[in-house]
Amino acid sequence: MWFTLAEHAVLTADSHADSHGGAHTSTGLSNNKLGMWLFLGSECLLFGGLISTYMLYRGRVGEGPRPSQVFDIPFTSVSSFVLLMSSLTMVLAVSAAHKGDDRNTYLWTTITALLGATFVGGQVYEFTAFYNEGMGFTTSLFSSSFYVLTGFHGVHVTVGIIMLMSIVGIMKRSKVPGSKSETVEMIGLYWHFVDVVWIIIFTLIYLIPA
Amino acid sequence: MTNIERPTSASEVAAVATPSTSLGALKRPVASTGWKSWLFTVDHKKLGIMYSAAALFFFIVGGLEAVLIRLQLAAPNGKILNADLYNQMFTMHATTMVFLFVMPMAAGLANYFIPLQIGARDVAFPRINAFSFWAFLFGGIFLNLAWFLGGAADGGWFMYAPNSGPVFSPSHGVDFWALGLQITGIASLAGAVNLITTVLNMRAPGMKLMRMPIFTWMQLVVQFLLLFAVPVITVALFLLSFQRNFGATFFDVSAGADPLLWQHLFWIFGHPEVYILILPSFGVISEVLPVFSRKPLFGYPFVVFSGAAIGFVGWGVWAHHMFASGLGPVSVAVFSISTMAIAVPTGVKIVNWTMTIWGGKLQFTVAMKFAVGLIVLFTIGGLSGVTHSVAPSDTQQTDTYYIVAHFHYVLFGGAIFGLFSGFYYWWPKVFGKLLNEKLGTWNFWMMVIGMNMTFGPMHILGLQGQPRRMYQWTEARAGEGFFNFGFWNMFASIGSLVLTTGVLLFLINIVITARNGKVSPLDPWDARSLEWMTTNPPKEHNFDSIPTISHLDEFFHRKYEEDANGQMVKVKTAEQVLKELEDNADAHIHMPSPSYWPIVLAAGLPVIAFGMIYSIPIAIFGGVIVLFGCYGWAIEPSTAPDDDFDPPATTKDVVHVG
Amino acid sequence: MTTEIHTTTEHGMSNAGYVRIAAILAAITALEVATYYIDLGALFLPSLLIMMAVKFYIVVSFFMHLRYESKLFSWVFYAGLFLAMTVYGIFLATFHFFS
Ligand code: HEM
Ligand SMILES: [Cu+2]
Repeated sequence: MWFTLAEHAVLTADSHADSHGGAHTSTGLSNNKLGMWLFLGSECLLFGGLISTYMLYRGRVGEGPRPSQVFDIPFTSVSSFVLLMSSLTMVLAVSAAHKGDDRNTYLWTTITALLGATFVGGQVYEFTAFYNEGMGFTTSLFSSSFYVLTGFHGVHVTVGIIMLMSIVGIMKRSKVPGSKSETVEMIGLYWHFVDVVWIIIFTLIYLIPA
Repeated sequence: MTNIERPTSASEVAAVATPSTSLGALKRPVASTGWKSWLFTVDHKKLGIMYSAAALFFFIVGGLEAVLIRLQLAAPNGKILNADLYNQMFTMHATTMVFLFVMPMAAGLANYFIPLQIGARDVAFPRINAFSFWAFLFGGIFLNLAWFLGGAADGGWFMYAPNSGPVFSPSHGVDFWALGLQITGIASLAGAVNLITTVLNMRAPGMKLMRMPIFTWMQLVVQFLLLFAVPVITVALFLLSFQRNFGATFFDVSAGADPLLWQHLFWIFGHPEVYILILPSFGVISEVLPVFSRKPLFGYPFVVFSGAAIGFVGWGVWAHHMFASGLGPVSVAVFSISTMAIAVPTGVKIVNWTMTIWGGKLQFTVAMKFAVGLIVLFTIGGLSGVTHSVAPSDTQQTDTYYIVAHFHYVLFGGAIFGLFSGFYYWWPKVFGKLLNEKLGTWNFWMMVIGMNMTFGPMHILGLQGQPRRMYQWTEARAGEGFFNFGFWNMFASIGSLVLTTGVLLFLINIVITARNGKVSPLDPWDARSLEWMTTNPPKEHNFDSIPTISHLDEFFHRKYEEDANGQMVKVKTAEQVLKELEDNADAHIHMPSPSYWPIVLAAGLPVIAFGMIYSIPIAIFGGVIVLFGCYGWAIEPSTAPDDDFDPPATTKDVVHVG
Repeated sequence: MTTEIHTTTEHGMSNAGYVRIAAILAAITALEVATYYIDLGALFLPSLLIMMAVKFYIVVSFFMHLRYESKLFSWVFYAGLFLAMTVYGIFLATFHFFS
């Protein structure tokens, strides 16, 4: 069933292309966007694996602190909120890019990067605080799997920040090959995905006690 | 006549670097001949050849490792390898065969033939394609570096804890293994995104999904399996690396960890992986059988859907590798039943192939022989697979040579025979010369006999209780009479030499064909699918004009038409069909331009990995290479601008590819 | 050919619309955090999971435009998502995680 429905999706995309005549691809969809969505589908299994590992080990704290002893919910709520709002600024950047409004594209892209950096900064602060409370990377299975999961997410955010800052630089020098707005949109897709992963992590890891 | 145009070295980035041009520090490579044309190519055909050549090299390496294993086990108390080396040998043998031979060989065929089969001029992301190849190659070399740096990985290709931990595996072998597979994983993942996009988006007009050649279909399923399975092993490998290099204890029972975590993650990836290995070969023989039976594939939609069904159900059976691990009765029952179920779509395929041959005018070319060989041998392996799906029976078989027999029948008799069928079938397409059929026949029979001699007796050995992964067996426990270990082990080892001779004949065939092989006619096999509707070897742009597709087996339908009695009769030769395409040739085609960045980017990865093992600054240096590569990549257009071409394109009718 | 195609699909949402969406997301987040301080009893877990799913869906549908795009994108993405949920769900079940 899953398969026939997916098949249907491709076929409708096919006919869509036909009705629009000279589309460049068989489905009429952009290669870049399709590639990006495929990649994000794949990322679901990456984060799924890390989250499941954490779930399995969250209670195994050994001599170290338990999750509820270290988590600082107000602090993490704020940084989660910051990341969530960066999705808004990102979408505004994409929207500006689609309108060809360079100034606002730079503006919102830069703000998104700054919000992202705030989030990562918060994470660094949080990790340091945990470490000072006796929760090192190797303290327990809980701590290792926590740091690996959130660390992976943090690396994803950092990569996003680098991409955002680079695109501003490259755009200012008019060096973007191909469609500018699509490039911004691609980075946007990645950025939002990293945000939704955090939506899940925030609930499953922080808010629901082990 | 089509005018394939090339960018010149002169422009692209002005020679004098002003601030605005210096970002693209390197000029685009332009060589179209010589080694540079290979190193920096983004052409899917060149990359396909390089994938396959590298895979063939690793096949030889893995084969030599296998021969050493068999020599060690030929007689009791083998002395050729010590226990430690033996462990490294079987680990690296399996790893090499799975990740560095079958997968990249299938990727090579996919690269070469998917664009041709769907009527495209290249893949969707030509530079990512080049990156995938280099990442695979560097990852494979990296994996094998461990041999020279203190010993290779030795925990088995499934690398169970605690064998994977520092206590039982103190050398850096497992580190190299985990990070090397991480790199080849990146290659596979990038390849999957690329090929899926290609299949969905780059089809010629009229090439509906259900008109696609079956090889492309099976590869599409494989790429989806890779897309979703690779990240699972990525997680597992990262956890392993963190355990080994940074002191975590994810799989360390004494620290309270659950060793089944690794087993689950590995097999959630591992079972889809076995379909990743076999489905390309299913695709190959589904092309070969109809051509040499002079009949269309029987039940094309069933072959497509059963392939997709295998891909789907393949996600729900992984724990059949863990029946003996104390999963609990419910899990065992569930996975036992799902495993039995997966034999059904596999059986459907076997029925379809048999019905394709049935009543056909068979031509036993070497390609056909290998295809029929696959049907027979794979069926044997499939049947022993069903015997392990019965959990109580599997508890007898698991960790014995019976399992080794099973997976070699499906992998050697299935995956590898399919690939060989493809070699003989497609060789003239790729190189314009036919492999020698006579030598090929010897090649085939030596491989059939050798493979049955080697792996057949392992059923007996296994049921007699010879365990897997033991570096010696002893006379005292060898048993008597017909079931004596001694006789069958010796027999299997001799078989492995016959098998090696068979493979050697193939290598000789390559050399002989290259020296003075018969030049192939345009359509040597009277083939059916689109990849044959172009020259041998195809031009850089594949098709002079993109054909419009109105049939499954388009090429066949252009050559044959139904006569008054409903018989298919030949109305056009391949040359005539080709001429029609040439007459409508696109005047100016701008192919994706060669690039330095894919290889630069890929080269950064093993440096990072090396640094993770030995010293972090090296890893950072690798990261800088990667970053540098990314920037170069990001600001360089995939196809050079029109005014950069020679002659500069003035006309509007330039066709851009990629 | 990748770079040329730029299908100017209308993304069906104004900037004000995006701000409204963000306000909804912020409100849900506030509720989520509130569950930490208020005792919801048996409702605690389901309410958190539902709010999480809703937020996820909103970001993916509106910010990532999945609602306005070709179904094919939804298929490849949700295929990965549901595959992950199923496979890892079974995986955790074998460890008796849910019981
Ligand atoms: C008819 C379909 C199949 C069934 C029912 C089946 C069943 C099984 C089972 C239950 C095992 C685990 C045995 C044990 O370790 O105790 C197994 C092992 C294995 N199978 Fe299959 N199998 C099938 C097809 C395949 C195919 C198509 C391939 C690869 C092309 C394959 C490759 C393997 C490998 C490599 C192993 C051993 C893994 C290891 O322990 O190292 N099987 N099979
Ligand atoms: Cu399996």
